[in-house]
Amino acid sequence: MAENSNPGAQPGSDAGGFDLTQFYGVFFEEAGENLANMESMLVEIDVDSVSDEELNAIFRVAHSIKGGAATFGFADVAELTHELETLLDRLRRNELKLRREMVDLLLEAGDVLKLLLARYQGSGEGRPDTAALVARVKQLATGHLSAVVGDGRRRVRVRVGPLAEPATADGLAELFRDIPSLGTLEPLDGGKAIEGYRTFKVRTNSPDEELIELFSFHVAREQVAITPFDAAPVRAGGPVVHEGEGFGFFVDPATLPAAQAAAQEARNAEPKPRAEKSQGGNLESSTLRVSVQKVDQLINLVGELVITQAMLTQQAKTLDPVQYQTLLAGVTDLERNTRSLQESVMSIRMIPMAFVFNRFPRMLRDLAARLGKDIELKTVGEATELDKGLIEKIIDPLTHLLRNSADHGIEAPAARSAAGKSPTGTITLSAAHQGGSILIEVRDDGAGLKRARILAKAKERGLAVRDEMSDAEVWALIWEPGFSTADQVSDVSGRGVGMDVVRKNIAALGGSVELDSAEGYGTRVSVRLPLTLAIMDGMSIRVGAETYILPLASVVESFQVESKTIQTIGSTGRVVRVREEYMPVVALDEVFSVPRDGSEAGCEIMVIVEAEGARTALLVDELLGQHQVVVKNLEANYRRVAGVSGATILGDGRVALIIDVASLVKRTRH
Amino acid sequence: MGMMESTFTTPGTSAHLHPQEFLTFRLGAEEYGIDILKVQEIRGYDQVTRIANAPPFIKGVVNLRGVIVPIIDLRLKFNLGEAKYDAFTVVIVLNVLQRVVGVVVDSVSDVLELGPDEIRAAPEFSSLLDASYITGLGTIKPATEGGETRMLILVDIEKLMGSADMALVERAA
Repeated sequence: MAENSNPGAQPGSDAGGFDLTQFYGVFFEEAGENLANMESMLVEIDVDSVSDEELNAIFRVAHSIKGGAATFGFADVAELTHELETLLDRLRRNELKLRREMVDLLLEAGDVLKLLLARYQGSGEGRPDTAALVARVKQLATGHLSAVVGDGRRRVRVRVGPLAEPATADGLAELFRDIPSLGTLEPLDGGKAIEGYRTFKVRTNSPDEELIELFSFHVAREQVAITPFDAAPVRAGGPVVHEGEGFGFFVDPATLPAAQAAAQEARNAEPKPRAEKSQGGNLESSTLRVSVQKVDQLINLVGELVITQAMLTQQAKTLDPVQYQTLLAGVTDLERNTRSLQESVMSIRMIPMAFVFNRFPRMLRDLAARLGKDIELKTVGEATELDKGLIEKIIDPLTHLLRNSADHGIEAPAARSAAGKSPTGTITLSAAHQGGSILIEVRDDGAGLKRARILAKAKERGLAVRDEMSDAEVWALIWEPGFSTADQVSDVSGRGVGMDVVRKNIAALGGSVELDSAEGYGTRVSVRLPLTLAIMDGMSIRVGAETYILPLASVVESFQVESKTIQTIGSTGRVVRVREEYMPVVALDEVFSVPRDGSEAGCEIMVIVEAEGARTALLVDELLGQHQVVVKNLEANYRRVAGVSGATILGDGRVALIIDVASLVKRTRH
Repeated sequence: MGMMESTFTTPGTSAHLHPQEFLTFRLGAEEYGIDILKVQEIRGYDQVTRIANAPPFIKGVVNLRGVIVPIIDLRLKFNLGEAKYDAFTVVIVLNVLQRVVGVVVDSVSDVLELGPDEIRAAPEFSSLLDASYITGLGTIKPATEGGETRMLILVDIEKLMGSADMALVERAA
């Protein structure tokens, strides 16, 4: 069962475990649009010559609103749209002929839905009574008035608790009042809690899952226990209406003539005139839909502004501070304002990782069921934000990694128990900011990578491998195209087309990915992506006659050194002692082959940088300053350069390269 | 320039029935022509930021009104004598392969219009450039009596820039 372990999940939240209320906005906006669409379609519809496409379109509106409403626990909306869906489905399949009163009813239903949704958004008062409307829609759709009454219901005992506030269980009774087709509920405990537990007898046709879904509106899922009551046999009699994907299920040809008769009734009972508009409740959105191009244009312009501001700041430094006091004060203000503007604009494109994570619980649940495994999904850091462009592109690689973990990582429950592990495997998805990057990890406690098998497979494919290769080198073989040690290719994974594509996709985003594993314990895949690419804080340094930029987020500290404090290890390694630690040293003039004409003073400054949890000391000539830097893409017109993550334009118009700290730090680890 | 007298196309040229315009430039002892539509601008050479560990003929990158553009010195690429960088050094900024790239040449001349009858197929001969990049040879009649006929080596500059040895475009490793 894939679920997030998040104890105390609020009503209104899903098995997703995190707070869904943040997604209300999108749902309400789209529902509002959908309802508006539906209304205009209905208004324009010609009852005598309606096309399948029109009916389909209206059906889709009802369907999509129902989906969202069910997810968020808006029971009354869900019920009404469910009935509308039923009616519309029969219409679009030409099982029913469209008549005027159906159109009128649909329009009326649309109004009521708007009201209901407005209530959930907080505006409008009073709860419109939907029971009558629902009944009328049912009449038109099936010809049966409440086909559910009496027959074929099952009885269950529902125990709710432990409850801090026993009265919350009374909310369950409300549910049954609001949704007539749900069934009946009677308290078995005389309305009083026993040791914090309430017990009810429920007669319903709905499956347990659906009951729990609705109950979670009032009490937490984990607090509901449903057991059969007396194990009384379900009476099979009459058409049983299922609250599920039952379109066409309950169509009994015998009911059709009845539908005609009921329709006659409905025609006589004129629906309320549409002119009677509701009181209050406009679905106003406080969001704005803006095209991504406009936002990007805005970001570019802010970038240019930052460059100009940097140029002004630089020029201003040359002026006499006393004479140009006000000007200099203005330039300082400009710098501050530009920075705020830049931060605001960048945040427009940032979206929380939850958008990516929220699709996985469902996917994993289905996958686990298909593979016959027991897998729990944990997510950490869903609030971590990532640029919109990256979010969309990271979904595919992450999906693939998750499927791999589920398919190849986590073992079958029997195998896990045999190995002394809990039969339920855990996959953890986490996202966190680290310096100037975001680190996303997919961790599983499965079987881990099998070193021997990988080596064997590699030899089979003719790759150059040695038995003494380090673990890291062996894991790196996984990235080879076409590599797979899966015994069977399932449609889930195993074809071997995945991992190298994953790595390529991530590299295309400017990121990197690493594998780590312990046989028998699990595997961890770490994806590192740069945060926003456009503007960052940088420290400019001089090496020889050249200027380079270090991302300020990676700089820990800097100090002057004398060459004798740098020790050598082996033939090429150099370290420097910083307080209690010895840190590897990287001389930038060597890394970038900076020409030295011998007359300049040697490197005197050490800058300690941190990347991927490790620190390195960089040897530079001079620290030039700190300022905001507009990151320009080097690869747009050129190509990727090792050790360089981008370029920027300095105040004097020259180009300076931005150092890729992570790659420098990695060098020292080999 | 000559007038269009015939409409047949000569092999080695693209099937243009109307005159094409070429920017001509000098590289070493030879004159080359490239499709003017691929040329964005012509500028001087200054403030080039070196890129470490790049091939020697890639001088580095420059800031072209906010865009980072790599500069390739064709004189170094084809080992043509001394490459000087002074006030007269000229850079042709090209728009090819959906990129902006600059190339340093010895000098730039005029823009010439050549009709199909002035373009001949290029015979196989070893020259600086691989024959696959040469689309034809243009003949320019002398402007004055007794002057020399110039020969223009017409180059597919986009193909040349995209070739592996130019090291501009990253190949799948």
